[in-house]
Formats: sequence, structure tokens, C-alpha cells
Amino acid sequence: MTEILKFFIGLTVLTGALLSLVTAFGLIRLPDVYTRNHAASKSATLGVMLVLLGTLLYAYQDTGSFHSRLLLGIAFIFMTSPVAGHLISRAAYNSGVKLWGNSVRDDLAKHRKK
Amino acid sequence: MAFQILLNFFLAFIWMFLKTSYTPVTFLVGYFFGLLVIFTFRRFFHTRFYGYKIVAVIRLFLIFNRELFLSNLAVLKVILKPKLDIKPGIFALPTELKEDWEITILANLITLTPGTLVIDISPDNSILYVHAMDIDDIQEAIDGIKNSFEKAIMEVSR
Repeated sequence: MTEILKFFIGLTVLTGALLSLVTAFGLIRLPDVYTRNHAASKSATLGVMLVLLGTLLYAYQDTGSFHSRLLLGIAFIFMTSPVAGHLISRAAYNSGVKLWGNSVRDDLAKHRKK
Repeated sequence: MAFQILLNFFLAFIWMFLKTSYTPVTFLVGYFFGLLVIFTFRRFFHTRFYGYKIVAVIRLFLIFNRELFLSNLAVLKVILKPKLDIKPGIFALPTELKEDWEITILANLITLTPGTLVIDISPDNSILYVHAMDIDDIQEAIDGIKNSFEKAIMEVSR
């Protein structure tokens, strides 16, 4: 049982670290604010949540104490991260940051003009 | 809904007084019997039996988690693909939800869906402006997902 738990802990922490790394790649590679925001608001959320979950399980397995603060941290990140992504992209759009050149359509600009 | 939960607590306390034993186990047993009583008398309440609502909330939470995993896989694929052939764009998405908290939850769900991110909400709360990473292949898929989300949220709020 503990071996399975240890394997699972390693898997969650490694997956979380991998997702954070891919987020960093995405921030460098993607062309404009909005597509970068896709990478930052999704992969980073799940990456941090998985690392925290691994920490929670490790502390429980190692010392037998249940750290409920980590659980609260997971819940708060889960709730706040999409809102932060929305607010950053909205602020960028309202201050006139252009979409990437290859973008196909922009309904918001049409509706704003009316 | 809050009234039914409060009533259930009262019934549990009455059960504890009838048994003259004040332990959490007695409370839980009383709560269970109170649940059965409220379910039996459900036609006297204005709102639905609150058990259905709790099931709907749990289902919404499971959808949330599943979408989070799927969207991460989709973003991973786009970032690690050698050639960058995405077609981003902003499209308008009309919604039927009315309350502020419903629209907040819908916007959060859409943000955590594969390849979509809410940019703005129109002043009268009727249209969401969504930035999509790959607009042509995703348009119909989004409509399907959105219908399932909107339905799940309505199931909670009804």
C-alpha cells in the first residue's frame, strides 16, 4: 500500500513540475498576449495544484499528519486562477493590445463599434 | 433549499432529545431519518427536494475537473507541436443564464475548457466574448460543451 502511495506521490509531483515547465515554454513560444494567457491560466493552475496535492499526500504518508492548509491552497488556486487570467486579458484588450496577425475574427471589436 | 437544510437540522436535534444521547453518531442517525421525512413530505415545499441539488453540485464539480485535465492536454499539444499552425480569434457566445453567480461559474468553466478564454461580458449579461485558440475546428465542439455546461448550471440553480 505505501509503495503504491509513494509511486502516486512521485507521479503527481513530476507531472505538476512538467506542466509548469510546459507553461514556461508556452509563454516564450506563443505569439500574443491572449494565446500566452491560455497557457498561463490553464497549465500553471493544474501544475501547482498537482504539486500541492503531492505535498499533502507526502506529509500524510511520512508523518501521519493531515495538513488541511494545503487543501485550502488547492481550492483557492482552483477558484482564483481563471479569474486572474480573465482580468489580465480583459485589461489587455481594453488598453488596445492588438491580436496576433493570423487571427481569424474579432466579434468584440464589431460589437464595440456599434 | 436553506430552509429544508435548517429543518433537517431541527429534526436531527429532536431525534437527539428523544434518545437523550448527545453524540455525533446520534446526530447523524437523526439527520438520516430527517432526510427520509423531508423526502416523504417533499410536495409541501415550494422548491425541489434539496438532495437533487446536492447531486447536481457534485456533478458540476466532476465536470469541472474533467475539463481541467482535457484542456491541459490540448494546451500541451499546441505548445509542444513543432509547427505553430493555430488560428486564434474572438467569437460571441450568447447565454441564457441570468444571475451573476451563474455567469461567473460559466465563465470560469469556459476558461478551463480546452482552448477557450473569456475576454469580456456584455453590459446586459447576455453575451460572453470568448477568445479561442483554434477557431475553425472548435466552433461546433464548443457549442456542444457549452450546452452541457449551461444545462448543468441550470440544474443547480433551478
